[in-house]
Amino acid sequence: MIPITPELMIFGAVASLAAAAAVGVVAFNNAVRSALCLVLNFFVLAFVYFTLNAEMLGIMQIIVYTGAIMVLFLFVIMLLNLGAPQLLRDKDDPKVFAGISLGVALFALLGSQLLPSFLKITTPNAPKDFGAPANLGRALFTNYVIPFEAVSVLLLVGVVGSILLAKRKI
Amino acid sequence: MYGVPLAAYLALGLFMFTTGVVGVIIRRNPIVIFMCVELMLNAVNLTFLAFARYQFAPPVAISAENGHITGQAVMGGQAMVVFVMAVAAAEVAVGLGIIMAIFRLRKEIDIDDMNLLKG
Repeated sequence: MIPITPELMIFGAVASLAAAAAVGVVAFNNAVRSALCLVLNFFVLAFVYFTLNAEMLGIMQIIVYTGAIMVLFLFVIMLLNLGAPQLLRDKDDPKVFAGISLGVALFALLGSQLLPSFLKITTPNAPKDFGAPANLGRALFTNYVIPFEAVSVLLLVGVVGSILLAKRKI
Repeated sequence: MYGVPLAAYLALGLFMFTTGVVGVIIRRNPIVIFMCVELMLNAVNLTFLAFARYQFAPPVAISAENGHITGQAVMGGQAMVVFVMAVAAAEVAVGLGIIMAIFRLRKEIDIDDMNLLKG
């Protein structure tokens, strides 16, 4: 059995907070509350990244997800006035029961088949500074420079496309 | 962080992914469905990072002359997370633009009533 170390207890607290926030995204009927739960989930997930020694990606998670993407979400929700509860008829739907039982089945199946084989791996093999900005930047600009440039083109297309979609008349 | 098994990180990722799948199935608000897709993307990011950190199969290559980490496998997970974040940002920008365009045309956004690409 896995020994209960202090690190495991800290991870358990952080992970249960992230899991509760993830459930809140689905469970809340109000879109603004869902969005705030998602902000909490992303923020806590950044701390999980810190425990994995991926400092650069944790900071990127806070800046990109909780900073930029969630502001976009909240802005659109409030622009469209989707917080109004009369638009949300999520209750009394047979889909809810089917969806939840399907999700439990997926979790049980994947968890019971995949997770036991990874229980014994407790020591990380990556070097301590593998998530430092210098190492990540060097990897991005040497081995992964072509995907990096492709992503920059994708972001440009995304910006142009969203402006085009949001305009009333082209 | 030592003493945490790889399975713990994978379990958190699996739970978040499953929650996202359930949300996509049961919710009818397209913006909440988008949020659940983001949840799934983040679960996958967490899995990539956990595998990159624990590195139980391939050896880690450290350059002898300058000490830089050169192994493909050790940085591959992190590079993938960067790309997933960029794709998620582009997807959210375009997707929310589409939702706003649909809302401007139809004044109601129940996902079950959207069955035409034409306005």
